[in-house]
Amino acid sequence: MSNVMVFKRFERFWHWSQAALIFFLLFTGFEVHGTYSVLGFGQAVQLHTTAAWALITLWVFAIFWHFTTGEWRQYIPVKDKLGAVIYYYAVGTFTGASHPFKKTSLAKHNPLQRLAYLWLKLMISPLIWVSGLLYLFYNQLDQIGLGNLPLEWIALTHTAAAFLMLIFIIAHVYMATMGKTPLSLIKPMITGYEPEQEDAAAAPQQHNEETPS
Amino acid sequence: MDLFCKAQLSLWLVILACLSTDAYAVIASEKLNQNVTTANHSEFKTLQKQFHSGPEVTKACLECHTEAAKQVQQSLHWTWEYVQPKTFQTLGKRHVINSFCGSVTSNEPRCTSCHAGYGWTDMQQPPPTDETSVDCLVCHDTTGEYVKLPAGAGHPAYKPMESPAGSGHMQAPPDLTSIAQNVGHSQPANCGSCHFYGGGGDGVKHGDLDSSLVNPPKSLDVHLSHDGANLTCSDCHTTSGHITAGSRYQGNAHDTLGIDVPGHTDMSRASCESCHGPAPHDKAKLNEHVDRVACQSCHIPAFARGGVATKTWWDWSTAGRLDENNKPITLYDENGHLSYLSIKGDFHYAENVTPDYRWFNGTVHYTLQTDTIDTDNPPVQVNWIEGSAKDPDSRIWPFKIMHGKQPFDTVNKTLLVNHVYSPTDDSALWSNFDWAKALQAGTTIAGQPYSGQFDFIQTEMYWPISHMVGPADSAVKCSSCHASNSRLNGIPDIYIPARDHSSLLDKIGWGTALLMLIGSAAHAGGRGIAAVRRRRKKS
Ligand code: HEM
Repeated sequence: MSNVMVFKRFERFWHWSQAALIFFLLFTGFEVHGTYSVLGFGQAVQLHTTAAWALITLWVFAIFWHFTTGEWRQYIPVKDKLGAVIYYYAVGTFTGASHPFKKTSLAKHNPLQRLAYLWLKLMISPLIWVSGLLYLFYNQLDQIGLGNLPLEWIALTHTAAAFLMLIFIIAHVYMATMGKTPLSLIKPMITGYEPEQEDAAAAPQQHNEETPS
Repeated sequence: MDLFCKAQLSLWLVILACLSTDAYAVIASEKLNQNVTTANHSEFKTLQKQFHSGPEVTKACLECHTEAAKQVQQSLHWTWEYVQPKTFQTLGKRHVINSFCGSVTSNEPRCTSCHAGYGWTDMQQPPPTDETSVDCLVCHDTTGEYVKLPAGAGHPAYKPMESPAGSGHMQAPPDLTSIAQNVGHSQPANCGSCHFYGGGGDGVKHGDLDSSLVNPPKSLDVHLSHDGANLTCSDCHTTSGHITAGSRYQGNAHDTLGIDVPGHTDMSRASCESCHGPAPHDKAKLNEHVDRVACQSCHIPAFARGGVATKTWWDWSTAGRLDENNKPITLYDENGHLSYLSIKGDFHYAENVTPDYRWFNGTVHYTLQTDTIDTDNPPVQVNWIEGSAKDPDSRIWPFKIMHGKQPFDTVNKTLLVNHVYSPTDDSALWSNFDWAKALQAGTTIAGQPYSGQFDFIQTEMYWPISHMVGPADSAVKCSSCHASNSRLNGIPDIYIPARDHSSLLDKIGWGTALLMLIGSAAHAGGRGIAAVRRRRKKS
């Protein structure tokens, strides 16, 4: 019946402030892109740039935290149960099967999450980060020997990365509602605690449900 | 509080006061009276007499200013001739054709009313060499009384004239003596007496130069306004030995010299950077625009803003139409601007005009009388500008592009010298309303080959916009260019955020995002249905 702390204070702070910043960056970024006009271009650029610096700062802290706590290991891909998790999202969730993976503070991400977040952290974010910084310092690029890099390439890369982020977020937000109840997976990221007894109590029930199918 | 403490406090207050911007502003706002001189011309014996003509006044001026006439006679204001240093074309008013009245040649006494001299009546000849033919007063009159006659080859009236013509009202000639005794530094009104009225009327030609600049509010021109910098034209168009900086034939599209310290690079001062430097904004992102965007593009949001309209279209082909009594016709548009004159054809006038923008490196080419035009692909470019995104000296500049229709030789394929004005016979369009006769006469006077066959062709002409700079807060907004309906929509080869995007990337991006959304919704729906089914089965 004991609750286990799976998301530490910094982790939760990092997650939610990153989420807020990324939503804000998406909103201002696509105004800079010309998709709509709400704040006005000048204002959008300024706020986008400020938020980008905040996000970069946050990432620097997060990277530091991951390495000093060893938490980075949570993102090492594992094969074990990967198939089972994919099968669960494709089939099991319709038949009422239980999630094959159980969060612990040592392994808080299921194998699919590990891959997804690794993709986010090693591909999408760096792509946004690097292209964003190149965009920001476009007029100084000649000082680092990149004077011939066309702005168009930088902008298109940044835009493509923003789309990848958008797509990731849609999937991520949807899957976050796929727990027992729509909020049961989100709660731990707010409180930090995974209510263990719920899972334990639920497990036998699911067995029963699985048999008829 | 002991004495030491008090002393310390007041010391800090003094330092604070000195550092505060208010203290700085008090010092900076003390303007020099630019019209202070060390000579009172009314005390000079040589000017205390009755003058009967302009040259007589000049003769008196030259008694002291011994070199002045020689200097003026070297200047573009005198020679009206300019060898373009990049294209080697011989330009200048003496040679070019424009899309307003056409050419000076064959219309001399009228057009040379804006020559800085007296009596240039034949463009085929160089300007008069006599030093007394230099007109000192047109640039140095401070009374506002000195006016050259519209068609007097540079002379003012010397006897009472009816003004306006036919009104019966007699206008006394300018009092040359009082004018001569009150000469001083050139003011915008002096320069403007010609430069504001080019093309045949106030504001007609340039769009950014008209009589509203004589005493403009700060909102119209921060530089010339008395509430603004209170400058004169010559503060930027630096003049030394009567040679003036700045050129529209070879402009300085990108001044990389930065702030000019007096005594250094003085003759390049006709550029914003000369005073404002190469990085004048507080915001770094704005300074990062100046390598590609001319200051004028943002800081002159519109031209013809001072209440004086500028001509944007002039169709000569319709000139010559007369009413049922064979009298010339005058028509106005709904804003009260001229829209038709029998002597000139159809016009459009406009105010508060948004400029057109182009890449420009300062070099301007002209279609001269001798140049063959491409008659299959109008509009013919009466002049055209150099510039491209690839050229580091090019920046995006604002232009007034003048449109219209002009006569050309259908056989020789050249723009034709247009004889509009003649004081003595009926060879010119404005007296005979007969194009065939007028073009025959014009080309003969100019010595231009002419087949006798003519028609009209659409033309355009580029006028860089550089004046009527408004206060910083009136500058063009970011979203005027950074938007799909951008002011810079015609500008190629540069990626402008919010104007440009890859529609393929956008389609793929939004498409995939939408699919992800639909997929998630379907997945959620499936889960919901499955759950309901399971519950039913159970019960
Ligand atoms: C490291 C963080 C980031 C930096 C340094 C950064 C920087 C920039 C810069 C400098 C611009 C161009 C603004 C201009 O025109 O001056 C821009 C545009 C844009 N940004 Fe970011 N950004 C970052 C993060 C993000 C994120 C997280 C998103 C969305 C998820 C995003 C979406 C966009 C979009 C869509 C554009 C418009 C691109 C275009 O149409 O050219 N950015 N960003």
